[in-house]
Amino acid sequence: MTEVPAYRRPAAGTHPPLNTPAYRSTALRHPTRPLILLPQRLTELTGPVLGETLLLPTDNDLTRQYDGEPQGQRIIVHGRVLDGDGHPVARSLIEIWQANAGGRYRHGADSWPSPLDPYFDGVGRTVTDDEGRYEFVTIKPGPYPWGNHANAWRPAHIHFSLFGRAFAQRLVTQMYFPDDPLFTHDPIFNAVPDEAARRRMVAALDMERTAPRWALAFRFDVVLRGNAATPFEEVRG
Amino acid sequence: MRLGETPSQTVGPYLTIGLAWDEGAYVVPEDTAGAVWISGTVYDGAGDTVSDALIETWQGPDVHWTRGVPGGGFAGFGRCPTDGGGRYRILTRLPEPVDGQAPHLDVSVFARGLLDRVVTRVYFPDHELANGGDPVLASVSDERRRTLLARQTPDGYAFDIRLQGADETVFFDV
Repeated sequence: MTEVPAYRRPAAGTHPPLNTPAYRSTALRHPTRPLILLPQRLTELTGPVLGETLLLPTDNDLTRQYDGEPQGQRIIVHGRVLDGDGHPVARSLIEIWQANAGGRYRHGADSWPSPLDPYFDGVGRTVTDDEGRYEFVTIKPGPYPWGNHANAWRPAHIHFSLFGRAFAQRLVTQMYFPDDPLFTHDPIFNAVPDEAARRRMVAALDMERTAPRWALAFRFDVVLRGNAATPFEEVRG
Repeated sequence: MRLGETPSQTVGPYLTIGLAWDEGAYVVPEDTAGAVWISGTVYDGAGDTVSDALIETWQGPDVHWTRGVPGGGFAGFGRCPTDGGGRYRILTRLPEPVDGQAPHLDVSVFARGLLDRVVTRVYFPDHELANGGDPVLASVSDERRRTLLARQTPDGYAFDIRLQGADETVFFDV
């Protein structure tokens, strides 16, 4: 048996319960049997190396993927990917996807009557640098209605997919914008039980990185699981 | 320094625009010796097929991955969205026994209605002896263990995933 460090299991309240009745689609899709504890071994402690070979030069600038400019508010979204011990997650693939400024996805199943933007796909990729930093230029996505309950609207969000270094660190999440009045009405955002954890999904306005007369900037740091062997020092929230 | 983790959120119904890759199903190129298709259908608790899921497979380091990395970095990793019938398929080579465990693949399932991925494992019926000594299979009740075993098919293996219901697949807390 290989002796390898394991990843810390998440604190209670960090991740949403798979059975969240307020989000109706969970009803027939959440497992009803208890999850079985999987000891983290070689398969879980390793992960794919997905680097720059997959990327095109405009993959992290969603406003330059066509010959014309997309409609909406141009924004910079940047931050760092860290593990729970504060160490940067370097050279790791990030994938994002989102709706356009009017809240419409370029997907055949999205039929809400808001126009597609001929110059915007809403799809980006990048790889973190040695310090775990990343940056995207994109358009601020609009909120949109959905069928979960009467007059349901999703707060504006960008989907983020991260690999980290190991299978155990894989994470798909959503980045939200500060002070969105729709937060209190959204069962997906509120499915995260811990209030401090919910706040970690909300980007911060970053005036220092804002490009004057060009684009506002938002900072969104993502924290993946840390090493189980790290001694306890401090837990926020 | 210890930081709180970022919570998981669902991939939502439009995941394919961001996560589908042209060659994602090909862990190894089509002409690879010993390549097998692992294919299956994802079902929900009503027995309906799930046509908006994404399956990812991962097999740990293996002598085969150290040479001829396919696709410029896909080594050991497969990704396939389900189609209109809830079906997925991944072309790979069978992993070797690793770390005292029988050959297996780790599988993540993402979908609308899943607020976090669910994780399962595929084991192979033709490795009966190794399966008998596998500590993870041993931690699963006799009655549910078969949900982790693929079935042999003419071109590889079939592995269906039942998110809920009487034959619910065993899912793991990683």
